[in-house]
Amino acid sequence: MTDAFIYDAVRTPRGKGRSSGSLHEVTPMKLAVTALQAVRDRNNLDTSAVEDVVLGCVEPVGEQGADIARVAVIQAGYAETTAGVQINRFCASGLEACNMASAQVMSGQSQMAIGGGVESMSRVPMGSSGGAWAMDPQVAFHTYFVPQGISADLVATKYGYSRDDVDAYAVESQKRAANAWTKGLFNKSVVPVRDQNGLTILDRDEHLRPDTTMQSLGQLEPSFKMQGETFGFDSVAIQRYPEIERIKHVHHAGNSSGIVDGAAAVLIGNAEIGKKLGLKPRARIRSFASIGSEPTIMLTGPSFSAEKALKRAGMKPGDIDLYELNEAFAAVVLRFMEALNISHDKINVNGGAIAMGHPLGATGAMILGTLLDELERRNLSTGLATLCVGAGMGTATIIERV
Amino acid sequence: MIDYTVDQEGIATIAWNMADRSMNVLNEESIAAFAEKVRESIVDSGVKGVIITSAKNDFVGGADLTMLQKVRDPKQMFERSLAMHGLFREIEKSGKPFVAAINGTALGGGYEICLACHWRIAADNPKALIGLPEVQVGLLPGGGGTQRLPRMIGLRAALPILLEGKRFDPERAKQNGLVDQVVPAADLLKAAKSWALTEGPKNVVKPWDRKDFKLPGGAVLSPVGSQTFVAGNAMLRDKTLGNYPAPVAIMSCVYEGCLVDIDTALRIESRYFISLVTSPEAKNMIRSLFFSIGEANKLASRPKNVPQASYSKIGILGAGMMGAGIAYVSAEAGLDVVLLDTSREFAEKGKSYSQSLLDKKLGQKRISQAERDAVLARIVPTADFAALKGCDIVIEAVFENRQIKADVTKKAEAMLAPDKIFASNTSTLPITGLADASVRPENFIGLHFFSPVDKMPLVEIIRGKKTSDECLAKAMDYVKRIRKTPIVVNDSRGFYTSRVFGTYVSEGLAMLGEGVAPALIENAGRMAGMPVGPLALADEVSLELMHKVRKQTEADLGKAYKPGPSDGVLTTMVEKLNRIGKKAGKGFYDYPQGGKKRLWSGLGELFKPAVNQLSLEEVKKRLMYVQSVETARCMEEKVVVDPKDADVGSILGWGFSPSRGGTVSQIHTIGVEKFVAECDRLAQAYGARFNPPKLLRDMAAKHESFYAA
Repeated sequence: MTDAFIYDAVRTPRGKGRSSGSLHEVTPMKLAVTALQAVRDRNNLDTSAVEDVVLGCVEPVGEQGADIARVAVIQAGYAETTAGVQINRFCASGLEACNMASAQVMSGQSQMAIGGGVESMSRVPMGSSGGAWAMDPQVAFHTYFVPQGISADLVATKYGYSRDDVDAYAVESQKRAANAWTKGLFNKSVVPVRDQNGLTILDRDEHLRPDTTMQSLGQLEPSFKMQGETFGFDSVAIQRYPEIERIKHVHHAGNSSGIVDGAAAVLIGNAEIGKKLGLKPRARIRSFASIGSEPTIMLTGPSFSAEKALKRAGMKPGDIDLYELNEAFAAVVLRFMEALNISHDKINVNGGAIAMGHPLGATGAMILGTLLDELERRNLSTGLATLCVGAGMGTATIIERV
Repeated sequence: MIDYTVDQEGIATIAWNMADRSMNVLNEESIAAFAEKVRESIVDSGVKGVIITSAKNDFVGGADLTMLQKVRDPKQMFERSLAMHGLFREIEKSGKPFVAAINGTALGGGYEICLACHWRIAADNPKALIGLPEVQVGLLPGGGGTQRLPRMIGLRAALPILLEGKRFDPERAKQNGLVDQVVPAADLLKAAKSWALTEGPKNVVKPWDRKDFKLPGGAVLSPVGSQTFVAGNAMLRDKTLGNYPAPVAIMSCVYEGCLVDIDTALRIESRYFISLVTSPEAKNMIRSLFFSIGEANKLASRPKNVPQASYSKIGILGAGMMGAGIAYVSAEAGLDVVLLDTSREFAEKGKSYSQSLLDKKLGQKRISQAERDAVLARIVPTADFAALKGCDIVIEAVFENRQIKADVTKKAEAMLAPDKIFASNTSTLPITGLADASVRPENFIGLHFFSPVDKMPLVEIIRGKKTSDECLAKAMDYVKRIRKTPIVVNDSRGFYTSRVFGTYVSEGLAMLGEGVAPALIENAGRMAGMPVGPLALADEVSLELMHKVRKQTEADLGKAYKPGPSDGVLTTMVEKLNRIGKKAGKGFYDYPQGGKKRLWSGLGELFKPAVNQLSLEEVKKRLMYVQSVETARCMEEKVVVDPKDADVGSILGWGFSPSRGGTVSQIHTIGVEKFVAECDRLAQAYGARFNPPKLLRDMAAKHESFYAA
C-alpha cells in the first residue's frame, strides 16, 4: 500500500455561530474557498495535481447544498480537473474527509487530494437537513432516538461524572485554549478570513471565555433537563439503559462544544507527488478507522474507533504521544480518558471545542491540524485524532511525523 | 339493513338500520349493502345530494370486532381494506354533496364514514359519542381516519385524538373540529338537506383533492411538524414503554401519510392497519378488554335459573377505607346505604369520605348540587344493628380478624331476611372458614373489592364451599348494579387476585436479594407493562403488612409453610431497618417531601449488585411468567375456572399488562408448549416456583390452548 502524507493543514478561525458572530456575514462557500486558496497559496500548489477535494458538511442544504466541495473548487480557482465531493459523517465529517482523501492516495487511485470541511452554523442551523432518525416514528422508536445532549448526560450518569467533574474539565479547556492563543500556538494553521478588499473579518477564534471559573459555570442551568424530563427523552434513554433510575443532567452551554462557523483543509498526497511539487511531508497517515456502537448513548464511540485504529497500526494507547478528542461534551472526554487510561496532560493539550467551538463538518480536519502542529512544536512523534459521532459512531486517525 | 329514499328535490337519504342488532356496525354484509346504496345514489342523475344517517338511536358504532378477530390472511385483508377506501373515495369524488347527519353515537368506522362526507352535522344528543377509539383495543382507525382527520384539523390537533382514542359529545366534537355543525335533534335531517341544497354544490371537492392543498397548521416537514414528531415519538415511548404497537403505527400513518397524496396515504394506512389486526397485542386487547370484560359485565357466567335480584337497600359493616368506599359506590348507583360502625362517630367519618368525593365532583362541575345532596342523603351512618332491617345485602368490611368478623356476621344475620345474602369483603381470610359463623352459610359469599373502591372496577366474588348458586347469582346482580365488573373464583388462601399479584411483588424482592440492580427490577416491571415496579408496589402495600401476613401464614400453616423467595429481604427491611413502606416515608424508596420518590441509596450496600446483571428480557420474563404459572396453578386447583375470569381479574385487579391480555392470555400468546419449556428452564435457574403445573404439561402434550384465537 502506498503511504499517504500530510503536506499541509489550514483552518479559518472559528466565529461565534450566531448573528452577532463575525463570520455570520460570510457565506459558507467563502469559508471553504478561503481554506482551499490558503492551501494553494502557501504551497505554491499546482492545483491540477489535486485530483479530488473531499469536504465534510453536516447540514448540506441551502447554501451548503448541492455538493459544496465541487463548487468551492471552481470558485477557488482550482484546476477544472479537480473533482469535489461533499460527505457527511456527522461531527467527524472533517476527519472522515481526510481519511477518504488518504484512502484515495493509499489505494493508488489519487496522487494528491484534499480533505477538509465547512460549516456555517450561524447561517445553516443544526437540524436544517432534517432526516428520518428523529422524525420518522418507526425509526425513532426502533432506535431509541435521543438528542445528543441527553446522550451526553447519559454518559455522565452511567459512568458517574458529577457536575463538578464536567465543569472542572471545561474550566481547564478554557485555560488551555487561552494559553495556546496567547502563545500563538495556532498561528501555523489559522488563516484569516478577509473581505473582497483585503480587510480582515476575523483572524482568531472568538468563542473563548478565558475567565471561566467553577463559580461562573455553577450559575448555568443544565441545558437538557427540560428536553429530557418534559419531552420523554430521559425515559427513552432509561428504557435502553434500564439499570439507571434517572438521568442526571450535568451538561450546559459552558461544558459543551460551542456553536461556531469555520472551514478547514488538509493537503494529502503520496511521496512521489510531494517530491515532484517540492513539498515537504509533515506526517504519515498510520491508520484510520470508523466504527458504530450503541446509538442511544451515542457518544462513547471514540474509544472504540481509537482501539480499532490502534490495532490496525499495531499500536497500544501508550504508544501515542498526543491525543486530540473533539470536546463535544465534557463527559465524552472524561469517558475516553477512563476507557483508554489516558492522562489529561496528553489529550487536548491546547483546549478544544468547549472553548473554541465545533463547526460540525470542519472540526475533524481542524483538530488533525492542531495535533500535527503540537507534535512538531513538542518534537513528538505520534498522534491520534478522534471524534464522537452521531448515532453511535466514532472516527479516529493516527498520524506519525516524518 | 340500509334504508334508501330519494325525495322530490333530489336528496337521497341513506339510513343505517341493522335489524338484528341494537347498534349498527360495519361488517361484510352491512358494508356491501351500504356500498350498493352509495353507488346507486351516485349514478342516479336525479340525485342532487346525499344524506347519510341512521334509523336507529345511534349512528354507527364501528367495525364488528368478531370480523377482525377472524382475520388470518393479510393479502385478503389488504384487498378488503383497499375496497373500503375505494368506496369512501367514490363518495369524496362523486361530485355530489354527501352530508353525514349524525343522530347518535358515531365511533371508529362509523365516524370514518362521516369523515368521507363533505359535511358533518351532529344532533345535540348529549348521549352521543363521537371519535376514533380504535387505539384502545390495539388497532388504528383503518377507514381513512388517520389520514382525513389530520388533513381536516391539522397534525397537532389530530394526533392526540387518534393516539388516545378520545370520544366527544357533539358539542365538544364541534369545538375540536370533528363535526361542522350541531343542531337540535329534531332539525337534523332538515339541516342536512338544506346544506346539501345550498352549500353542497360549492363544496363537492375535498380540500385534499385540490391542487393548492396545505395541511392546516403546518406540514410534516415544517418546524411545527418536526416539533410534533421529534418530541411526540419520545413522549410516546415514555408512555407506552414499547408495549403498544398501535399508537406507534398511528404516528407513522400520520407522518408517512401526510407526506404524500391521499390515495397513496390510504394504502399506507391499510398496511399498518393489517399489521395491527394480526398482532398479538391487538388480539389480546380485543379478546380481554372488549370481549371478556364485556361478557363479565353482562354476567355471562351467572347461574341462569335464578331470577334477577333487585337492590334498593344495602348494609355495610365497618366504615373504614373499604367500607366507606363501598358505601360511596352503592349510593352513587342509587342504593340506600346503612353504614354501620362501632360508634356513630366512626360511621359519620366513613360517610364524610363520600362527601369529599362528591364535593370534588361538584367542584369540577361533573354533578349538580342537588345530585350531590341526593347521593349523600342516601348514606345513613349508624352504630345500631337494627338499622340493617330491610337490607337486600349486607357486606362486612371490618378488621381482618376472625373473631370480630364472626361477631358482626351473627349480629347482622339476625336482622337480615332469610333470602338475603351476607358478603365478606376479606382479602386474605378463606370464605369457607368465615362462613362457619353464619347460620345460613349457603347465603354467605366473599366480595373482594379493590382499593380505592371508587376507582377500581373489579370485584372478585368468592364462593365458599357451601355458597349456593342462588347466592352467587344475587351477588353478581349486586356487582352489576353498582357498575363494577365481577369475576368468580373459588375459595383458597389469597383467592385468585391477591395470590397471583403477590408473586409479582415477591419475585421483584427475590431478585433484589439476588443482587439484581434495583432500577433494573423496577424498570423491567414497568417495561413489561405493569403499572408500577414491584419494589414501589411493595412500598405502597406496606412492607410491614406483607411481613405480618407472611408471619400469620407461617403460624397458620406450621410445618406446611414453604418459605417464599422474598422472605429474607422482607425480614431485613422490616425487622432490621424499620423501613416499612411508603406511609412511613421509607421503604425500598425514599419519599422526599414535595419531591419524587427515589430508590433508597442504601439498597446497593444491603443487596450488593451482582457483577453480571440479568438481561432486561430475563428480568421481565421472571416478573411476568411467575404470575402466569401461579394462575395456571389456580386453574388446576379450580380456584379459577374460566380463563376469561383470570384475564379480566389480572387486568382490572392489579393492572396486569393489557397488551399481554392477562395472565392466561399471556400463556396463550406465548404458546403453552413454549411456556412450559421456558418455565422448566426458569425453575432450574431460580427455583421451584416456576415449575409448571400438571394442567399445563397435559395441555402442552395434547397441543391444547386456552382460547381458540
